[in-house]
Amino acid sequence: MIDKTVASLEEAVANIFDGATIMIGGFGTAGLPNALIDAVIDQGAKDLTIINNNAGNGETGLAALLKEKRVRKIVCSFPRQADSHVFDALYRAGEVELELVPQGNLAARIQAAGSGLGAIFTPTGFGTLLAEGKETRKINGRDYVLEYPLQADFALINAFKGDRWGNLVYRMSARNFGPIMAMAAKQTIAQVSEVVPLGDLDPEVVVTPGIFVQRVIEVPSRKAAAA
Amino acid sequence: MNRLNREQMAERVAHDVPEGAYVNLGIGLPTKVANFLPKGRDIFLQSENGVLGMGPAPEPGKEDPDLINAGKQPVTLLKGGCYFHHADSFAMMRGGHLDICVLGAFQVSVNGDLANWHTGAPGAIPAVGGAMDLAIGAKQVFVMMDLQTKKGESKLVESCTYPVTGLNCVTRVYTDVAIFDLTADGPVVIEMVSGMTFEQLQEMAGVPLRLAD
Repeated sequence: MIDKTVASLEEAVANIFDGATIMIGGFGTAGLPNALIDAVIDQGAKDLTIINNNAGNGETGLAALLKEKRVRKIVCSFPRQADSHVFDALYRAGEVELELVPQGNLAARIQAAGSGLGAIFTPTGFGTLLAEGKETRKINGRDYVLEYPLQADFALINAFKGDRWGNLVYRMSARNFGPIMAMAAKQTIAQVSEVVPLGDLDPEVVVTPGIFVQRVIEVPSRKAAAA
Repeated sequence: MNRLNREQMAERVAHDVPEGAYVNLGIGLPTKVANFLPKGRDIFLQSENGVLGMGPAPEPGKEDPDLINAGKQPVTLLKGGCYFHHADSFAMMRGGHLDICVLGAFQVSVNGDLANWHTGAPGAIPAVGGAMDLAIGAKQVFVMMDLQTKKGESKLVESCTYPVTGLNCVTRVYTDVAIFDLTADGPVVIEMVSGMTFEQLQEMAGVPLRLAD
């Protein structure tokens, strides 16, 4: 019997290794898999490359992982925010490397990796600092920049409900990067508010098919607990 | 001359958003446009984080941390609205499916280059977000900005001195003193605030202008 659910957060992140590239879902704090990030902090893996839209908010989640100095490099579109002081300080001190990627290119590169594409030509960023030194091509009169896929060893994502085959549905705008990161990582670990019995998720509305998910850990959210 | 304040600028932009338009409002000043969209028009607001049919801010106490806008503020979903992942959201932009996006700017050049993501100042931490995708993706790119900086320099320029966000992409510029269409023949003034003369505006803009026929 295939059962991708695991009993503990510790078990969920046990095989994350030093130097790993990890995609972390979330836009700001919506969809950020906080429990999994805390588990990585406890687990101890270091020298990590993190792919996320942002670079941490406040002192928790991704910011906490950064503060522990476990991140060598961050690939993101929008690191600078009102409450990104942890990243700001590390960046200014030269203690974390930044690869800045326009947000749509970030999504497209992640999707390209999950889809098995060798590269993409994107119009976004053409003629800007973020395309400097990159190959370009004019196709049907429009200018494009060559960008390569973004792959990861692990993806940590936050979904609403999942089953033991790894099928997932999301909640509201917390969906954001979850579905495409799940496709682009060798191993996807999903934190879900509720594990439901096989067959409970309407097959017409499953967003992430279980083939893209390797482990599921139930972490009841405060919101779900209150409902 | 009656300069428009920020609310008046937002109201002026909102007036030009037609029924049925799919619209993305950038972070900051453009977000205010939502408050002035004419009632009775069905207008679809898109938020880059994966929302179409975005509604206004929730009542106090009704905020949901899973339902936010691009500025990470709590919002609501209109009846008929929907959610989608990030690749679909940016396909809506890049694929030319949005009718209008409204963005702020540091500078706009006469041929429609936009600079709004990075001052290039030493020590500034760069952040781009969806600005470059919006700039090149929407069918029409509206910019909202004061015509001049606080120091009195025109932000409508021959060519941008700040790092550009996108080339040849801005179609219309709404400012505190006038509205410009950016055409193949340069900026065309389509509206001025009361009390403004074309000569005064030409002086303020510092780049060659034409009056609309």
